[in-house]
Amino acid sequence: MNEIFGLIFIIVGVAFDFFGCLGLVRLPDVYNRLHSSIKCVTLGTSSILFGLFLFKGFNEAGLKALLCILFLILTAPVTAHVLSRSAHKSGVKLWEKSVCDKYSEDKDALS
Amino acid sequence: MIKRVILFIGAFFTWIFLSWDTDMEHIIVGIAIGIFVSFMTADLFEKRTLILVNLKRCPWFFYYIPLFIWECIKANIDGAYRVVHPDLPIRPGIVKVRTTLKSDTGLTFLANTLTLKPGTLTVDIDKENGFLYIHWIDVKTQGVEAATELIVHKFERILKKIFE
Repeated sequence: MNEIFGLIFIIVGVAFDFFGCLGLVRLPDVYNRLHSSIKCVTLGTSSILFGLFLFKGFNEAGLKALLCILFLILTAPVTAHVLSRSAHKSGVKLWEKSVCDKYSEDKDALS
Repeated sequence: MIKRVILFIGAFFTWIFLSWDTDMEHIIVGIAIGIFVSFMTADLFEKRTLILVNLKRCPWFFYYIPLFIWECIKANIDGAYRVVHPDLPIRPGIVKVRTTLKSDTGLTFLANTLTLKPGTLTVDIDKENGFLYIHWIDVKTQGVEAATELIVHKFERILKKIFE
């Protein structure tokens, strides 16, 4: 029974990882790409690891998988924040059809 | 001192889980690593150490976790829909929102939650004035107050009960 649920979680996770990578190719600029890669890949990989935990149960591999989910959820948003902030600071422009950019307006007002 | 003890216990048990051996060598190396980690990172830890050991705060934390997971799943379905749609239904832009949270831990949790929430990505935090700069993949409004109402309000209310 656990193996069936584990397989379901792994298949859903692989599907979301695929959508995340597809977004990395299709979306226009670095910020939009970060959206799809961070969100879909975080939950997709967590889902794969949770499926592995359901396969293995409470032993060596299963508990390591749970610990990896915790690390992933804590660190992935921080990397997204650091990448987007450093990209903006080093002058990467937004997509030309973007609606507004309050951050560079405020930075111009400060400097 | 008490936060060093908590960090030491956390680092030690993480080490034990990752190495999964309880013979003498692993335990000695684990103790050494635990002491090193706890002395290096104690200054970065929450100043009010035992903040979650409180009957007013703890239940809200357990209410926050399932809500967060639900938002995460919604964000994935939303993101997958935007990516596979042939016309790419996106109107991106960076908006500015106001926050009333003051503590470092609260702001960190708020920024990370907003990054994993549907359609938003935290770009920068202005802690002195209480502003967050958020890249929004589908800009519905550009005003500060209206965007605050739509993006931040729901989680800020809960995080305020937990961390303020």
